Amino acid sequence: MLAFAITVSFGAVGLALLLAAWRLVRGPDLPDRILALDTLYISAVALIVLAGIAWRTQVYFEAALLIALMGFVGTVALALYVARGDVMH
Amino acid sequence: MLLEIAVSFFLLVGAFFTLVGAIGLARLPDFYMRLHGPTKATTLGVGGTLTASMIYFTAIEGTSLHELLITLFLFVTAPVSANLLARAALRLRLRSRAPLPEASSAGRD
Amino acid sequence: MTRRWLPHPVTSCVLLVAWLLLNRSVDAGHVLLGALLAVVIPLAVRRFFQRPVRLRRPRAAVRLALVVLWDIVLANVSVARLVLGPSARLRPAFVEVALDVEHPVAVALLASIVTMTPGTVSCDPSRDRRRILVHALDVDDPDRLAREIKSRYERPLLEIFAC
Repeated sequence: MLAFAITVSFGAVGLALLLAAWRLVRGPDLPDRILALDTLYISAVALIVLAGIAWRTQVYFEAALLIALMGFVGTVALALYVARGDVMH
Repeated sequence: MLLEIAVSFFLLVGAFFTLVGAIGLARLPDFYMRLHGPTKATTLGVGGTLTASMIYFTAIEGTSLHELLITLFLFVTAPVSANLLARAALRLRLRSRAPLPEASSAGRD
Repeated sequence: MTRRWLPHPVTSCVLLVAWLLLNRSVDAGHVLLGALLAVVIPLAVRRFFQRPVRLRRPRAAVRLALVVLWDIVLANVSVARLVLGPSARLRPAFVEVALDVEHPVAVALLASIVTMTPGTVSCDPSRDRRRILVHALDVDDPDRLAREIKSRYERPLLEIFAC
């Protein structure tokens, strides 16, 4: 049963990644693309955690944590850049 | 057995909400509406997947609570990114199905 | 003395716990290093805390946290229904909510809570922090939404941040 749940989850999260990628390509505006990137990295965290469960290993934990941290910083920097034209002020 | 049921449950719920968030991002008609999917559903979805991982590794390897760090981090940061993105969109005055508030109160900081 | 070296005890505790979780161990060495970081980091970022946060009524805080957790689950079920249903029928709206809370941390918390709960993303606290702009995915009565936000989330926050 667990194997089945993992397979279904891989499928769902993979589809989520594809949909976010489609929005990233499609746009139409800058905030849409930033939001798509944001969704992409959060789904990537889910994918990595899933892989960890599927392969019974915890070595990917740090990768998931770092993607979460860096993704957030990236989203904030891009959103601030769009909102006011500079990142630091 | 009970462990498998619990882990599978959280995995499936998590994957479902992750997918719902992405579907919302892909098909809702304007940016402000699209913002709802990823901030809420995807965050809870990843939270579900992380909870599954927490239960699974606690059962097979002994206490494993560090997934909690990622979950909490995502729940704390999701509103911040959503707020900044909404502010950026208001600043650009992206078209919206709901009437936009007047420029005087929107997009300034 | 305590005030001077440990200005934010809650932050320090969170840092220590996060350090131990990251290292997945409660060895004496990690506890010592974590405790050192828990003292040094709040001192280093002291200047970012503009107004001190004093939490009254910890029980109200716990109750609010539970209410919010439950509402996050409900919100996600309703978002799932709205997203998967026909999107032409959705009635999105911007709603302005006038605020009674003043403390910047409380305003930030309220905005975050509203973002994560039923059908709403809070957009923009105005410069004077007297109003927040909330976008909701599907509303029939904007005034009721505003009242609900105020009674469900803002009132407990007012109690907790009584200053």
